[in-house]
Amino acid sequence: MNRRSELMLRRRIVDLMFKGFCITVTVLALVALAAILWTLLARGVGGLDLDVFVRATPAPNSHGGLANAIIGSVVMCLIGMLIATVVGVLAGTWLAEYGQGSPYGSVVRFLNDVLLSAPSILVGLFVYEVLVAPFHGFSAVAGGCALAMIAAPVITRTTEDVLRLQPSMLRESGTALGAPMALVIREVLWRSARGGIVTGGLLAFARISGETAPLLFTSLSNQFFELNPLKPMANLPVVIFQYALSPYDDWRRLAWVGALLIAATVLGVTIVARIIAREQHRP
Amino acid sequence: MSVEILDAPEVQVLELPPDETRIQVKNLNFFYGTKQALFDVSLAFRRQSVTALIGPSGCGKSTLLRTLNRMYSLYPHQRAEGQVLLDGEDVLARGVDLAALRARVGMVFQKPTPFPMSIFDNVAYGVRLYEKLSRHDLAARVEESLRRAALWDEVKDKLKDSGHGLSGGQQQRLCVARAIAVRPEVLLLDEPASALDPISTARLEETISDLKSDYTVIVVTHNLGQAARLSDHTGFMYLGQLVEYGETDQVFTSPATTRARDYITGRFG
Amino acid sequence: MSDVSPFIPTSAPKGRPRGSRLSSLFEGLCFAAATALVAALGGLLVALFIGGWPTLRKFGVGFLTTSTWNPVTEIYGAAGPLVGTLVTSAVSLVFALPVAAGVAFFLTELCPDRLRRPIGTAVELLAGIPSIVYGMWGLFVLAPLFARHVEIPLMAAAPPGSLWDKLTTGIPNGSGILMASVILAIMILPFMAATLRDLLLSVPPAVRESAYGLGATTKEVVLSVTLPYIRSGAIGAVMLGLGRALGETMAVTFVIGNSHDFPASMFASGSTIASTIANEFTEASSPAHFSALIALGLVLFVITFTVLALARLLLGLQEKHA
Repeated sequence: MNRRSELMLRRRIVDLMFKGFCITVTVLALVALAAILWTLLARGVGGLDLDVFVRATPAPNSHGGLANAIIGSVVMCLIGMLIATVVGVLAGTWLAEYGQGSPYGSVVRFLNDVLLSAPSILVGLFVYEVLVAPFHGFSAVAGGCALAMIAAPVITRTTEDVLRLQPSMLRESGTALGAPMALVIREVLWRSARGGIVTGGLLAFARISGETAPLLFTSLSNQFFELNPLKPMANLPVVIFQYALSPYDDWRRLAWVGALLIAATVLGVTIVARIIAREQHRP
Repeated sequence: MSVEILDAPEVQVLELPPDETRIQVKNLNFFYGTKQALFDVSLAFRRQSVTALIGPSGCGKSTLLRTLNRMYSLYPHQRAEGQVLLDGEDVLARGVDLAALRARVGMVFQKPTPFPMSIFDNVAYGVRLYEKLSRHDLAARVEESLRRAALWDEVKDKLKDSGHGLSGGQQQRLCVARAIAVRPEVLLLDEPASALDPISTARLEETISDLKSDYTVIVVTHNLGQAARLSDHTGFMYLGQLVEYGETDQVFTSPATTRARDYITGRFG
Repeated sequence: MSDVSPFIPTSAPKGRPRGSRLSSLFEGLCFAAATALVAALGGLLVALFIGGWPTLRKFGVGFLTTSTWNPVTEIYGAAGPLVGTLVTSAVSLVFALPVAAGVAFFLTELCPDRLRRPIGTAVELLAGIPSIVYGMWGLFVLAPLFARHVEIPLMAAAPPGSLWDKLTTGIPNGSGILMASVILAIMILPFMAATLRDLLLSVPPAVRESAYGLGATTKEVVLSVTLPYIRSGAIGAVMLGLGRALGETMAVTFVIGNSHDFPASMFASGSTIASTIANEFTEASSPAHFSALIALGLVLFVITFTVLALARLLLGLQEKHA
C-alpha cells in the first residue's frame, strides 16, 4: 500500500511539473508577443506624424517621411495580388474541380506546397535572373512578380480547400439544370466559397506585405517618388532594412515607424481574415 | 409464419406499350470503378405519371436515377453499359450533349441545394441558360414555377432575398421550382424529403403529385408510405437488380416476388 | 397571367446553353494556371542551376567543403554559410520545439475555455509578424539584454579548456550564431505551436477520454497517448518549421554578424546562405561572384526542398491516418 501511494505521489509531482512547464512556456511566448508589440509602439508611435505619409524618404540627418515607400509597397502588393489572385484562384479551381484525382493533380498539389514554404530569397534570385538581369533594370513590376510568386501558392491552397468543402450536391444541382461545368464553378461554387477565397487572399496579402528578401534584388529601392512601375521603386520593407542598419538616428526612427506600419497592416488584415472565416463557418 | 409461395417468380417486370413510354431502360449495367452496382436492369418509365423506386439502401435505386441524366459522368471512374432511351434516343451514347440532356431531365437532390443568390435568381438560373426572355416573360416564368412548386405565396414579397434564408422545406420546394422552370420533360427526385420534417414532407408530396399531369416524375425513396401515396408505378430493387416492377397498388398489395413481399411487409430493409 | 403560355414541357431539343463554348476555354485557363505554378518552381530550379553552374564547374564538391569566401581572389567556398545555416536552424529547433509543444499542450489540455481563443489567436498573430520586425527587435532590444544576461554569464561560468569554453569564446556582444538561433526559434515557435495544436485537436475525443478514464494524469495522456497518435504529423510540422528556419533571411541578417568565416563558436559572427545572398547580391562585382551567390541559392534550394518534401510526406501520412 505504501509503495502504491508513493507511486501515486510521484506521478502527481511529475504531472504538476509538466503542467507547470506548459504554463511557463505559454506565458513566455505571450510575453515575447507583448514585448515585440510594445517595442513597436514605443519606438514607432513617437515618430508617427503627417510627414510620414506625405514626404519622401529623407537624406541622412534631415527630416522626411515614408510616402514614396508606402506608395511603392502599395503598388507592388497590388501588382502581386493581381497576378496571384488570377493564377491562384484558377489553379486552385483546377486542383479541386478538374484535376482532383489525376496524377498530374497530385504533382501540382505537391509542388504548390513546396512553393508555399520555399525560402522567399530564392524567389527573389529567380525573378532577378528572369526579369531584372535580361532587361538591365530593377523595377516595381519585377518586385510585384516576386511577391506574386509568394502569394499565389497561398491562394491556390485556400481556394482548393474551400472548393472541396462545397457539397457535391451543390455541384450536381448546377449540372442537373444543364449548366456547363465552367458556369457551375463560376456562378455557383465560387460564389458559395467566396468568403473562404477572400480569406485566402487576405492571408496572402498579409504574407507579402512584410516580405523583404525577394524585393532586395527585384525592385531595389529609390530615394524619390517614382510611379513608373518599370523603374526601381521604394518600398517599406527594403527602406526599413536599409534605415535600421544605418548609423543615422533619423533614419532609424523612420525604420521603427515603418515597422509599426507594416506590423499594424499585417495584424489588421489577419484579424479581418479570421473574422470573415469565422462568419463563413456560421451557417 | 407466412406460407412460402413456392412458385413465386424471381423477377417480375411490367412492360409498357411504346406510345406510353417516356424512358426505356435496356440491359443497364453500372460500375463504380470495378465494383458493379447495377445488373442488367430493364424497365420503362411511363409518361405523365409518378414512378417510385424503392429498396434497401445500397440497392442501386439512386444509381439508376443518376444514369437517367448521366449525372455520373461528372466522375471519372463511373460508367454505364446498356441503353437508356429518352423518347427513343440513347442518352448513354457517345457524343450526347449532356447539358441539353440535363435541361430535358431535371433533378432534385436529397438535401436542398439553393444557390448562393436571390430566390428569383435561383429559379431564373436555368431559364437564363437556355432562353433569352424579356424581363416580363422571365418574371412570369419564375412566378409560374414558384406557383407550381406551391411556394409563391410564401416568397412573393421577398423574391430578392437570399435563398438560404428559407426553411428547409421551402428550400426544397425552391429547388423543385428551379428544376421545373427550365420546363424539362422528366423530373428526377432523389429522396427529396429525407431531410424534411413531416409537415414539409406532406407539402412537398402534394407538389409532386400535382406535377405528374405535365411531367414524367421518377422518385427514389426509402419511405414506403410515400411511395404508396405518390406513385402510379413502383419498382423494387435489391442488390443492384430490379426485382419487381408494376402498378403501385399491385406491388404493395400483392407483390409477385417473395423478396418484394418480404421488404414491403417489413421482413427486412 | 393570361399572357403566359400554357405550362407544357418542351420536347424539342434545346440549343446549346449560354457559356458552353467558353467552357473548355475556362478549363484550359485553370489548367494553364496550375501549370504556371509548376513552371514557376521548375523555372526557379533551372535558373538557379544555370546561374550557379560556372561556380559548380570550377570548384566542384570543393564548393561545399571550402570555407574561403574571397571576391577579390575569386575563391568561393560555401562551408561557412552552409554550416551557419545548418547550425542556426538545428539549434533554433532545439529551443523552439519544447516551447512550441508546451504551448500546444497548454492550449489543448490545460487552458480555461475562456482564454483558449484569445491565446490561440495571439499565437497565430505572432506567426504572422513579418520577419524584418523580428530582426529589428532582435538587434535593438533583445541583443543587448542577451549579451548582458546570457552570454557574459555563460562565458564566465565556463570551466577553462572545456567544450563549453570553446563554444563560448568570442565577443559577447549579442550578435552571432547563438543570437541568430534564438531569434529564429522565436520566429518559428508560433507557427509550430499553431500547427501542433491543430494536430492535437484532430485526435478523436474518445481516444483522450478513454486514457483519462483509466486514471492517467494529463502528462501521461499527452505524452503517451495523444502525442504518439499524431506522431507523423507532428514530425511533419517540425520539418516545416525547420524549412522556415533554413530559408529565413531578414531576421538572421540583422543579428548574425555577417562574417564569412567558418563559425568558431556559438558567440562568433557567422552567416547563413540566405543572409549572405541578401547582403552581397546587389553589390556583387563580378560574374563569378554572382554565380557563387546563385550556387549558394541552389544549395539552399536542395536542402529546403528535401526537408519540405519529407514534411509534406509525413503530414500526408497523418491525414490518411486521421
